[in-house]
Amino acid sequence: MAHVSELISTDINSYLRSHEEKSLLRFITCGSVDDGKSTLIGRMLYESQMLFDDQLSALKSDSKKIGTQGNEIDFALLVDGLAAEREQGITIDVAYRFFSTDRRKYIVADTPGHEEYTRNMATGASTADVAIILIDAEQGVLTQTRRHSFIVSMVGVKKVLLAVNKLDLVNYSQEVYNQIVSDYTHFANDALDVESITAVPISALFGDNVVEKSEKTPWYSGETIMQYLENVEVRNQKETSSFRMPIQWVNRPNSTFRGFTGLIASGETKVGDKIRLHPGGRESTIGSIVTWDGELEKAVAGQSVTITLNDDIDVSRGDIIAASTDPCSESDQFQTRILWMSDAAMIPGRQYILKSNTQTALLTLGRLKHRIDVNTLDHLPAKTLELNEIGVCNISLDKRIAFDSYENNQTMGGFIVIDRLSNNTVGMGLIDFALHRSENIHWQKMDVSKESRSKQKSQIPKIIWFTGLSGSGKSSIANILEKKLQALGKHTITLDGDNIRHGLNRDLGFTSADRVENIRRVGEVAKLMVDSGLICITSFISPFESERKMVRSLMSENEFVEIFVDTPLSICEERDVKGLYAKARSGQIPNFTGISSPYEEPKNPEIRIDTTKITAEEAANKIIHFITN
Amino acid sequence: MSHLDALEAEAIHIMREVVAEAENPVMLYSIGKDSSVMLHLARKAFHPGKIPFPIMHIDTMWKFSEMIDFRDKTAKDLGVELIVHINPEGKEMGMNPFIHGSSKHTDVMKTDGLKQALDKYQFDVAFGGARRDEEKSRAKERIFSFRTSTHRWDPKNQRPELWNLYNSRKNKGESIRVFPLSNWTELDIWQYIHLEKIPIVPLYFSKERPVVERDGTLILVDDDRIPLEKGEQPKLKSVRFRTLGCYPLTGAVESEANTLPEIIQEMLLTTTSERQGRTIDHDSNASMEKKKQEGYF
Repeated sequence: MAHVSELISTDINSYLRSHEEKSLLRFITCGSVDDGKSTLIGRMLYESQMLFDDQLSALKSDSKKIGTQGNEIDFALLVDGLAAEREQGITIDVAYRFFSTDRRKYIVADTPGHEEYTRNMATGASTADVAIILIDAEQGVLTQTRRHSFIVSMVGVKKVLLAVNKLDLVNYSQEVYNQIVSDYTHFANDALDVESITAVPISALFGDNVVEKSEKTPWYSGETIMQYLENVEVRNQKETSSFRMPIQWVNRPNSTFRGFTGLIASGETKVGDKIRLHPGGRESTIGSIVTWDGELEKAVAGQSVTITLNDDIDVSRGDIIAASTDPCSESDQFQTRILWMSDAAMIPGRQYILKSNTQTALLTLGRLKHRIDVNTLDHLPAKTLELNEIGVCNISLDKRIAFDSYENNQTMGGFIVIDRLSNNTVGMGLIDFALHRSENIHWQKMDVSKESRSKQKSQIPKIIWFTGLSGSGKSSIANILEKKLQALGKHTITLDGDNIRHGLNRDLGFTSADRVENIRRVGEVAKLMVDSGLICITSFISPFESERKMVRSLMSENEFVEIFVDTPLSICEERDVKGLYAKARSGQIPNFTGISSPYEEPKNPEIRIDTTKITAEEAANKIIHFITN
Repeated sequence: MSHLDALEAEAIHIMREVVAEAENPVMLYSIGKDSSVMLHLARKAFHPGKIPFPIMHIDTMWKFSEMIDFRDKTAKDLGVELIVHINPEGKEMGMNPFIHGSSKHTDVMKTDGLKQALDKYQFDVAFGGARRDEEKSRAKERIFSFRTSTHRWDPKNQRPELWNLYNSRKNKGESIRVFPLSNWTELDIWQYIHLEKIPIVPLYFSKERPVVERDGTLILVDDDRIPLEKGEQPKLKSVRFRTLGCYPLTGAVESEANTLPEIIQEMLLTTTSERQGRTIDHDSNASMEKKKQEGYF
């Protein structure tokens, strides 16, 4: 697969040498459904003679069978690779295609136009140098055109090529073309942060202005798409920024060699350069730059190397080596922009995992400042982010990380959000700046400690955390348990779901987001109770595994005792002490756990109580036995 | 940086991410040219240390004998741990592509064999040498490609993969296939082998070899298990292979190319794509996607 050149048959060795010198350009094609993205790529592959005979004949037969272009070749069939895509005639996931010319090797990401697959489009955009935004001349600028342009700009693509396609359908009209370019420019000036926007009138189907200049657009004097791609200069931010290398892995083949491996994210470094290590800020100098092909004096952005330092410092994966003249900043709280990529909405207050370069931290999403409507660019108030929505959100981490703003350094400012239970990538985030609020609020050091308070009460403080469906028997068991503990001379307190909702949490409802916040507050209060030396009994449905895990992570080991009151839904419903199930079934109560809102059973509770087998009294005894042993 | 430098750095970065985050990684070694490149990149990634994971070959018992010789010599020369797995049930059944056909043979010996081996050794991450330019469903696959606990791929529900930030988290029993050569083309592979002087199986170079014709395809007479028609005599022809696999399923091409530049020249001037020599892709239009969903690489 290569560009056809005379040299191949006459002088293969010089052809190979010239191919060695080629640079790499990655671009993405995007735009709304049916704007002709796949057709454009198919056309480029076809015209640069990148198709083999067997591929071409398969394409011709497929075009007749399932094509949408009558007797013409349907180039879209070349790139839609999944069975579901070919059957439905849509693009679901990003496809990567390759071709080369005498100057460059190209990697093309062909991305889906449907809104529901925006996350796949973002995947393609995140590695692109140039974006080709297609617009159907008959349709003009659409919502998806704006959405894709916005995401392209958000992930940091600086060069945009606007391809006004299907010009054949509007008789190659200059007026239509000018109007679309003017509409787009109007939108882009407000919304996008890019260096240049270049417009080209094309027909991907007939090849006008794709590779060769078209005779049908005499009024257009600019470059064709291929000419643009061949000539565009991509300013490489990575090369001009300060030196950064996130450490991937420590290479220790023997007792004398200790090398830090990584891909240089930005800048360059030389042997002897002073560097700073993050987090922490220890300093050292570069001892050597090791590669399989020999030691280097100097290494630059984009190279994978192994670095040794002149000082024996404890360094591990997740640490960052940075230029000491311009080190990274460190913080644990940030303002960020987030694109949500999961079917389950983002929930402020819930804990996720953040991964930025090689650093990983526990992440709590704070309140959303606003959501951005990519169509109008309005800032809308929002409590959560749904799939494909973009919002500005403060986040806090469980530890300080090294960073630069995304605008200054993609590697050091970009991160992904990972769900703790499913391990899926659920969001993409960009760090705008650090927040300094908690930095000025230091922990007050107190002379009377949790230990001394609990010693005074001669007990080990704990949270006894009940979870289970409404009506499962949590409160009844908790009530008996507290009486028994008191009889044993223990100091206790009970936090009850219904009671807390009358006071501390009276502002919260029953949506998933409010349920998460409810448990977060209860967790913090329970922690204060434990700090005061008490045995704190809590009785909340607490339906989500992540929140129960979150409270557990607030506590020391053995301080959190999870009691799963395991009563089948049918029995809870039969008992229906408060008459709530009947109401929920008739639709009078929305978001009712077990009926219209999920309950996630604990996987490893300390104690599981089957109320169909033992009484509340026996259950309380079982718990006392567990915590006193 | 040239595009080959960039591709090399990307592949090394990917391999180091896996070693840093996986519990028990393995490299799937098919003995072909892509595997040779992958192994070479692994040496570079962990230099001056040794390759910190084993390589594993899923043997079907029908590979070219020169491949097996090359495999054993490579493992010895590089001092890397080699695991060879043969599906014992397939062996018991006497699986034979001449009798049972390519599809069944591949299902049992390759797909099932691979799943068995991954389960047996509890590997949580497996490197594969597949490239996105090979085939349409591969063009859609992520570099870190998630598999369920039953080794299934769900092409409609892949994890987003942003920048060069790979999510390697998974629950117990689930696994990830990682493709460091995703962005390489066939030409890149050949050019890199040429520049880096990477050893490859001699079958890629032209030589006089005994072949018979089956359905328009030249099949090498690699051993006496090939059923010959009555009175049929293998012909000596100057042939080579563009792709390597099980010898009954891999067609030879007539060629005089016996240097790397000549091979590359021939590849560039040819008008059929690489996998055409492999029977497996022709079974049905979406056969690779289906095979991949079921656990094939």
